[in-house]
Amino acid sequence: MAVCGALVRSGRLSRPISGRNSAFIDSRFAVVKRLASALSYVPETAPSDFGETTKMNLFQSINSAMDVALANDPTAVIFGEDVAFGGVFRCTIGLADKYGKDRVFNTPLCEQGIAGFGIGMAVMGATAIAEIQFADYIFPAFDQIVNEAAKYRYRSGNLFDCGRLTMRAPCGAVGHGALYHSQSPEAFFAHVPGIKVVIPRGPIQAKGLLLACIKDDNPCIFLEPKILYRAAVEHVPVGDFSLPLSSAEVVVEGKDVTMVAWGTQVQVLREVCNMAQEKLGVSCELIDLRTIMPWDSETVIKSVNKTGRLLVAHEAPLTGGFAAEVASTVQSECFLHLEAPVERVCGYDTPFPHIFEPFYMPDKWRCFEAVKKLINY
Amino acid sequence: MGGKAASMAVARGSAAIFQGLRHVCNKNSPKFPSLACTGLPLRHQKCQYASTQGLDLEEERPQFPGSTKAEFTLNMDFHLPEGAPGIPVYRVMDGEGRILKSSEDPQLSKDTVLEMYRKMVMLSTMDGILYNAQRQGRISFYMTNYGEEGTHIGSAAALDPQDMAFGQYREAGVFLWRGYTLDDFMNQCFSNDLDYNKGRAFPVNFGSKEHNFATYSSPLATQMPHAAGAAYALKRAGTGLCVVCYFGDGAASEGDAHAAFNFAATLDCPVIFFCRNNGYAISTPTTEQYRGDGIASRGSGYGMATIRVDGNDTFAVYNVTKAAREMCVTENRPVLIEAMTYRIGDHSTSDDSSAYRTHDEVNHYRGNSPITRLQRYLINQGWWDTEQEADYREAAKQQVMEAFRVGEVRKKPPLSDLLTDVYDTMEPHLVKQTQHMLHHIRQNKEQYPTTDIFTEEK
Repeated sequence: MAVCGALVRSGRLSRPISGRNSAFIDSRFAVVKRLASALSYVPETAPSDFGETTKMNLFQSINSAMDVALANDPTAVIFGEDVAFGGVFRCTIGLADKYGKDRVFNTPLCEQGIAGFGIGMAVMGATAIAEIQFADYIFPAFDQIVNEAAKYRYRSGNLFDCGRLTMRAPCGAVGHGALYHSQSPEAFFAHVPGIKVVIPRGPIQAKGLLLACIKDDNPCIFLEPKILYRAAVEHVPVGDFSLPLSSAEVVVEGKDVTMVAWGTQVQVLREVCNMAQEKLGVSCELIDLRTIMPWDSETVIKSVNKTGRLLVAHEAPLTGGFAAEVASTVQSECFLHLEAPVERVCGYDTPFPHIFEPFYMPDKWRCFEAVKKLINY
Repeated sequence: MGGKAASMAVARGSAAIFQGLRHVCNKNSPKFPSLACTGLPLRHQKCQYASTQGLDLEEERPQFPGSTKAEFTLNMDFHLPEGAPGIPVYRVMDGEGRILKSSEDPQLSKDTVLEMYRKMVMLSTMDGILYNAQRQGRISFYMTNYGEEGTHIGSAAALDPQDMAFGQYREAGVFLWRGYTLDDFMNQCFSNDLDYNKGRAFPVNFGSKEHNFATYSSPLATQMPHAAGAAYALKRAGTGLCVVCYFGDGAASEGDAHAAFNFAATLDCPVIFFCRNNGYAISTPTTEQYRGDGIASRGSGYGMATIRVDGNDTFAVYNVTKAAREMCVTENRPVLIEAMTYRIGDHSTSDDSSAYRTHDEVNHYRGNSPITRLQRYLINQGWWDTEQEADYREAAKQQVMEAFRVGEVRKKPPLSDLLTDVYDTMEPHLVKQTQHMLHHIRQNKEQYPTTDIFTEEK
């Protein structure tokens, strides 16, 4: 945690870098150098009815969402480790000054406390926006999330609920995060009835989906792909807007292969779409799931019934990852339409490695190989 | 300082004022701001005495942000807690129900004390009947409150009914005091169609929005950080209310307890942490639960106001709760109350405590329970006698039995309640699963003979 903070402050994360690194050995210095490579973020355009826009990167769009939330809801507060000065990823910059220290404040270093405190605030009807510094550190809060937040409404017969709670955490590969600054824990939470799990693919999506989560009357976990904090820049609406939860989006239309992903992986698969078109003449339909739980299976099923081929990709390890849920549902609902078995391109079943990251990741080459397999089955 | 130096300092000081620079540093006294600090900076300089954490960087004291109150010592003295005396136990009455110090007499009215007593007896009566009901297989599970009635009634009576309460599982007396009815208790225990929880939780998972008590859950101590957060929300809303959070000596070992104490103290939350130290966590005695002086000794470690009280002395519990509440709401600070008591009954109907403790020990406490002590007070006051006792116990028993009979025969909630309230609205996948479930049950009705006791689907 402190390491990453230092990296941010020293500016080493200031250029758009990718988890999909090319590494080479410089024989003179016997040093492995990192190069920015594969990932380039393709900016999107916001719907015009969302009003005036301005250039924002991911952390600025998230900052903007929370600014809107605190402006519109006097009960809304933001808390977590280091949020007062602006946060280790700058997501809360300026908010303590603007809204006061009673509304944007640091908590002691204790994730189970952050989660529990947030649940208690939400039970009293206040809007609680909790920040977990890295998704890798959310596990002390797992009991509070699984046994308390998720079950609060159900077990009390809807007498009580903590729907006003939203927990945010940076997730995903960043190029050098290794075991404890790179995890994607969405699958753990997908298995818990009663919470919502949401992952945006870029700044416009992040602002709209985060505002939707904050407004949604269910406890939500909002995972933010940290590598996109600076790398993803587009023109984001400045005002209040939200995007629908539990609604997958067809990002690229196609007819031969359906590809499903979320977060950063959507950008990777965008490139795979281009590669497939150029090199194979294959038209891919790319779907961003956006909400992992409850997920929009209808959109995926409709697409696979059209194409007959499905690829699901995520950074999280293969076994028990959310691709397994998508694959299982698709084979059940689209069995007779399938032309090939469902392909899953995921991280290997290992902890997230450091120097081996480029070989661990479900990069565009591995995904391209999977497309070829689907086509040639 | 020599005259020249002094005048120079004054000149510099004046210059500083002309520069409009009244810098704030720890060297400055409000009276002579520019004279005191000889590190008077020019406009572009930072005062060498400035400190973000309010440290006085010139004094010969430890200047560590982590501990600003400590002095240096040249003696290497380990603090050995076993040498320190235990935190004293505050009490008002002796075992015979006599007020020991008149200034501590809460001077509650006859009606109030009688109401407190009757509620304690009602609780005890209900406990007996529901315990037996479980033994007869009529409810699935129960937990009695024997020995701890004083902690419930004493604290509840001192609070505002709107003070939000969070608890563990052994606070039924607080519910009773606040107006949770015998029917409410029975409906929950029978998981019938009037159960607030819609049949989803097993017995003693009480909860009531109307009575401001959050529904219980089984994991221990999870409610403690909730209480801190709830108190923070109440503080921000300017309600003037506080939160009370009940927990046991065992639950206090959980990480969530530590989290709650630390958050409540650092964030200035108006919450009363009320520990029922009854000597046991199922079979684990307190000697195996902690090595320190109970839970009270931890309070000051977090910077919390703390008191230890005789939990079997209803007036003492009343007094400390009232005072704690006042501290919470006027100073916005948490308070830790450790109520020393004894769990006379088994942990639950799944437990036989003779496996790990002696009958002698239990009988000792049984003979001096909070109910007995308050009864002695009432009799001394001339407000109660054995005839009223017998009459009331009979009446209480009848009321409990009647509620039991009514609750037992009620239908259970509709089967579809299995799948509602997971989210605020019904999600598509749950609509499908509900249809699947109901269809399966209808097609295989003879395999599910209990469906008749569930309310018909609309």
